[in-house]
Amino acid sequence: MEGNPITHLAAIDYAIMAVYFVAVLGVGFALKRVMRTSTDFFLAGKTLPAWVTGLAFISANLGAQEVIGMGASGAKYGIATSHFYWIGAIPAMLFVGIFMMPFYYGSRARSVPEYLKLRFDEKTRTLNAVSFAVMTIFSSGISMYAMGKLFNLLLGWSFNTSVLASAAIVLAYVTLGGLTSAIYNEVLQFFLIVFGFAPLVGLGLKAVGGWDGLTAKLNAASVANGLPNGAYTHAWQGMTHASTNPIGVEWFGLVMGLGFVLSFGYWCTDFLVVQRAMAADSMTAARRTPLIAAFPKMIFPFLVILPGMIALALTVGHGSAGMIPAKMANGAPMIDAAGRTVLDFDLATPMMLVKLFPSGMLGLGLTALLASFMSGMAGNVTAFNTVWTYDIYQSHIKPGATDQHYLWMGRVATVGGILLSIAAAYVAGSFNNIMDLLQLVFAFVNAPLFATFALGMFWKRTTGHGAFWGLLSGTLGAALHHGLTLPVGATAGVKGGYFGLVHTYPSELAQTFWTAIVAWTTCFVVSIIVSMVTQPRAESELTGLVYSLTPKPKDTDVPWLQRPASLAIIVIVLIVGLNLVFR
Amino acid sequence: MSSMEGLDIRAPIGGLFSLLGVLLAGYGAVAGSRTTSDVAPVTNVNLWWGLVMLLFGIIMLVLSRRAMRKPG
Repeated sequence: MEGNPITHLAAIDYAIMAVYFVAVLGVGFALKRVMRTSTDFFLAGKTLPAWVTGLAFISANLGAQEVIGMGASGAKYGIATSHFYWIGAIPAMLFVGIFMMPFYYGSRARSVPEYLKLRFDEKTRTLNAVSFAVMTIFSSGISMYAMGKLFNLLLGWSFNTSVLASAAIVLAYVTLGGLTSAIYNEVLQFFLIVFGFAPLVGLGLKAVGGWDGLTAKLNAASVANGLPNGAYTHAWQGMTHASTNPIGVEWFGLVMGLGFVLSFGYWCTDFLVVQRAMAADSMTAARRTPLIAAFPKMIFPFLVILPGMIALALTVGHGSAGMIPAKMANGAPMIDAAGRTVLDFDLATPMMLVKLFPSGMLGLGLTALLASFMSGMAGNVTAFNTVWTYDIYQSHIKPGATDQHYLWMGRVATVGGILLSIAAAYVAGSFNNIMDLLQLVFAFVNAPLFATFALGMFWKRTTGHGAFWGLLSGTLGAALHHGLTLPVGATAGVKGGYFGLVHTYPSELAQTFWTAIVAWTTCFVVSIIVSMVTQPRAESELTGLVYSLTPKPKDTDVPWLQRPASLAIIVIVLIVGLNLVFR
Repeated sequence: MSSMEGLDIRAPIGGLFSLLGVLLAGYGAVAGSRTTSDVAPVTNVNLWWGLVMLLFGIIMLVLSRRAMRKPG
């Protein structure tokens, strides 16, 4: 991390950052006086309107991985990256709002693991709670590490100062105002990210000659990379075969692996996002949360993916003066097997900010970037403190204490969670492969989850033993599949193939999608088999937890156009339209 | 106990964006149009985007004031 920073900030840029940090802390202080019970702290007192929880729902997910990673993928895969939104996130968000939220919100569960306890048993809950708690700590740590490294490279800020200062700010506003403060700040961050990135897209398009200029330049890039004309600007065109699209996967793996298993697994079962909906002030508001979130989520590809695509257009044919710098190895640019320079895609969006924004706007853009890092961190920390306090501490370490004690524990867990995240950030800095390995393990743990929830909510015969052993075998199935396959050009190790080599995938994403499909199917089948041979719970105990035994929610408290079902239909029409326009 | 009684989120959003808008637009008015690199178009993005943010901030402030005047 030596060398000169890429740019310097002017006084106006620092002023913008300072104003934002004062606002963030001010919200925390203003909310301190309304934090009286543990419900206020962990569930925002269940008092927030749907538009607030809806914006927080997508903002909590809008961390570093999203803003930097989607820009990087935009530069790497082009418009096909929008599959992560248009067949990934959106259908899953509709499903969780329409079908699953009645059980999360209606069951009196205070967390997703607690739903598993109510529906199944303690061991399934503990398995989910522990793996989730560990994951949140490491994702927050990885986010901090990425931020420290990026701001060191861009501005020459010290890694330690960036990590510790941002951790201190998140710590302050979460300990003061709990989930409400995290959610309010996520709403602030949402608008900041929109206002920080929209002009970047505008200026970027102007620089490449509009959409037509972008298409022409990216067509040249796709031909140069051995892909058909238009591969970067059409999301569906090359999807019949893995070799004709930049993602390197065919439509079935894409739709099942990404669209079904991975996206439903994340958006429908991850407490980080579900917690936002559970903070809503009514069942209808909770169900509308992911549906309202779906509207901005749909247009996010234009905000986070387009800058990466524009960066690629400003790189190809520009030689060493290109927007995206080459990836360096031992002081020299890396060259791939085909003799092409390997680009450092993670720098696509940050370099766009630095090269297109003058002082002033640059401060705003970088503040938006900082905000996205911090909202990711705060999202993880608020989910961690709740799962730790309710699902681990209250159920295993100290049951039956007063509410004030658990409120105190929540604040302690916030401090502990942030300290552990900082430790994780330094682990990430010193052992890069360990982090890759951990992320792999998380993928194994997450992939089968949706099978467990779908069976639990929609098949009353599913038993606790079935769920538990299904989850474990799904994770093992994922590991086994990953250990027997490799993406093309990789060697056995963290990329797979450690049990031998049975199949080679055309790309890493194809391997990821198929690993998820195997994990989900294993979990689904094993859960059914074990459930058939074990004793189910009495139907009377499952009211409010299983679809067929729960009265259907009525949404008569809002006008029909704003009801969950109406919103879902509008979203479906729009999403089909987007897929058709960018086919 | 309603948290919305404690704080209407539109107030801090309105305050933050009005202030940021004034800062940016003011800076843009003084510094004028400039370009940052050979690829960036020459525009006074600070000025016009600052004004857009100021407008958004004012709308948010008006909405939160209106909600305060009619409780419920």
